[in-house]
Amino acid sequence: MPARRVVVASKVGLHARPAALFAKAAAAQPVKVTIAVANGDDSEGKGPVDASSILGLMTLGAKHGAEVVLAADGDGAEAALDSLAELLAQDLDADSREGPDR
Amino acid sequence: MTELRGIGVASGRAVGPVAAMPAPVGEPAEDAVSSGESAGEEALSLLDRATGAVHDELSARAEAARKAGRTEAAELLAATAMMAVDALLLDEARSRIGDGNLPERAVWAAAAHVAEQLSALGGYLAERVRDVEDVRDRLVAELTGRPAPGIPVRDYPFVLVARDLAPADTASLDPALVLALVTEEGGPTSHTAILARALGLPAVVAVSGALDLAENTRVLVDGTDGRVLIEPTEKQVEAAISHEPASTRLAGDGATADGHRVGLYANVGDPSAVEAAVAAGARGVGLFRTEFCFLDRAQAPTTEEQVAAYKRVFDAFGGRTVVIRTLDAGADKPLPFLTAADEPNPALGVRGLRTATRFPEVLEEQLAAIARAADETNAEVWVMAPMVATADEASAFVEQAHAAGLPTAGVMVEVPSAALTAEALLGNCDFASIGTNDLGQYTMAADRQLGALAALNDPWQPAVLRLIGMTAEAGRRTGRPVGVCGEAAADPLLACVLVGLGVTSLSMTPRALPAVGAQLAEVILEQCEEAARAALSAGSPAPARESAAATLNPSP
Repeated sequence: MPARRVVVASKVGLHARPAALFAKAAAAQPVKVTIAVANGDDSEGKGPVDASSILGLMTLGAKHGAEVVLAADGDGAEAALDSLAELLAQDLDADSREGPDR
Repeated sequence: MTELRGIGVASGRAVGPVAAMPAPVGEPAEDAVSSGESAGEEALSLLDRATGAVHDELSARAEAARKAGRTEAAELLAATAMMAVDALLLDEARSRIGDGNLPERAVWAAAAHVAEQLSALGGYLAERVRDVEDVRDRLVAELTGRPAPGIPVRDYPFVLVARDLAPADTASLDPALVLALVTEEGGPTSHTAILARALGLPAVVAVSGALDLAENTRVLVDGTDGRVLIEPTEKQVEAAISHEPASTRLAGDGATADGHRVGLYANVGDPSAVEAAVAAGARGVGLFRTEFCFLDRAQAPTTEEQVAAYKRVFDAFGGRTVVIRTLDAGADKPLPFLTAADEPNPALGVRGLRTATRFPEVLEEQLAAIARAADETNAEVWVMAPMVATADEASAFVEQAHAAGLPTAGVMVEVPSAALTAEALLGNCDFASIGTNDLGQYTMAADRQLGALAALNDPWQPAVLRLIGMTAEAGRRTGRPVGVCGEAAADPLLACVLVGLGVTSLSMTPRALPAVGAQLAEVILEQCEEAARAALSAGSPAPARESAAATLNPSP
């Protein structure tokens, strides 16, 4: 099954606003995408969960710098993974004033 | 009955139709199981319809908030809408429906499952449990045909009636649509009261019978006298509204009619609120709370972050006094890195200055940050510690603050022992500030958050007034200023009584400044002193207030 390993770039981790943006993008893909934590201190080994589930993403507890694995199968899987991996590699909270750590 | 009585906690009057906050959605019974061949199918389609409806409703509200320029609220509502149709939550619910549960029970249990996982992660994610519960309650309400929980949504201004309000309700309360607050429970220092004063809304709490008011009944809420008039006559409405002070800004410098000066300051809980304090004409800040800097975090903020936040408030009051309070963690404001979660009685636990015994570095760093921020501005910065019980604690704190480079240091008087030994305490301090909310709760042994104890938790209680008077008298003898920075200072009548007791400054929510300043300007010091004597000799709060009112505002 096609997969991608990506490091979470968002400073606040895959929570709050970044989780909402990512779940929305995952839901817009033509294939079902899953996400699991491959390497990230206490949340290591969590998942996989449905990437379009904001609650699923939150229960992963993936922090800034955690390594996650995206996986999908079927037509359009490669393109879906590429676009979602690119999203994870950005700080999705960068243009927001409000983060959980303010 | 044409009138309900309660405790007026935020002055002002307003007239409008009642909109009631729905009762909280309770847990559906565990044995709520469906039966019959097609029951499961039916339950699944009910669930789909409910999730769709809740999602659409929240999305529409998110869109409306976005159009109104409330970006933050819009994002929060949009995220909540996503949770209502979330795959993880719905898969969990569907599998429980498959086990024969009714949809509302399935949603409840599924939400509990998700909430448990989030709780285990701690910190920010654990706090999102509230959002999951909010979605759960909306789904259960939809499935059981009840109104959606939370502040009612109306397109016209209304009087909000509720059992009590929680801090979480603040986010969805639109001050442009809510005219006044009326609650069945709550007391003078409950969240409803604090919220109402912060928003400048008239409020009456502990109104027995409030929840029986029918939807859209026209009521006149009198937050000054603590009354709710049902279907008032036009004459009553006219008389009530014409009484309203038009001013939103403090006139003058803060003095009685005969020129006795009283420092009128603002309470500031967050740097973003400082503009409101300046706009209201405050002479300075009498209580700058620093918890905002520390809440919602796993570790203490860095010195740089603190300096920047403190400077913002100091700069806004350049050349004037800003009294900053060191971190008051514990009790209703727990912090994961400072306070223990398992104290049997947090209000009497390791809170306020007491946390510094175990974690001295947090206080050291904070004092250093305050001193640095003070150096970089020209505000006159005073620093004080919360929850001080003995003269030794006071002198240790004051020495530490002086050593950190802060020349004016004092303590809060909110524990009865501090008031009883005020002279010894003040001998070691540069000033003291009385926190009437906590002083009331500790003096009366009555939890501030409990509506059932609201009558005990009244700052007009003669025992509380006596302790305030003792502290002020000690200030006079030692030549130290003694202010009041609790909610009591925001009540114009009580403010005069406090001045009569010898209090030298009053600090309050900025919105209360014009009314308190106006009342003070109408009386002379001797009247305040007489009102204080009358209140002290009364046996209970109501006669204390009445006799003070008779002295201060004699009928023409």
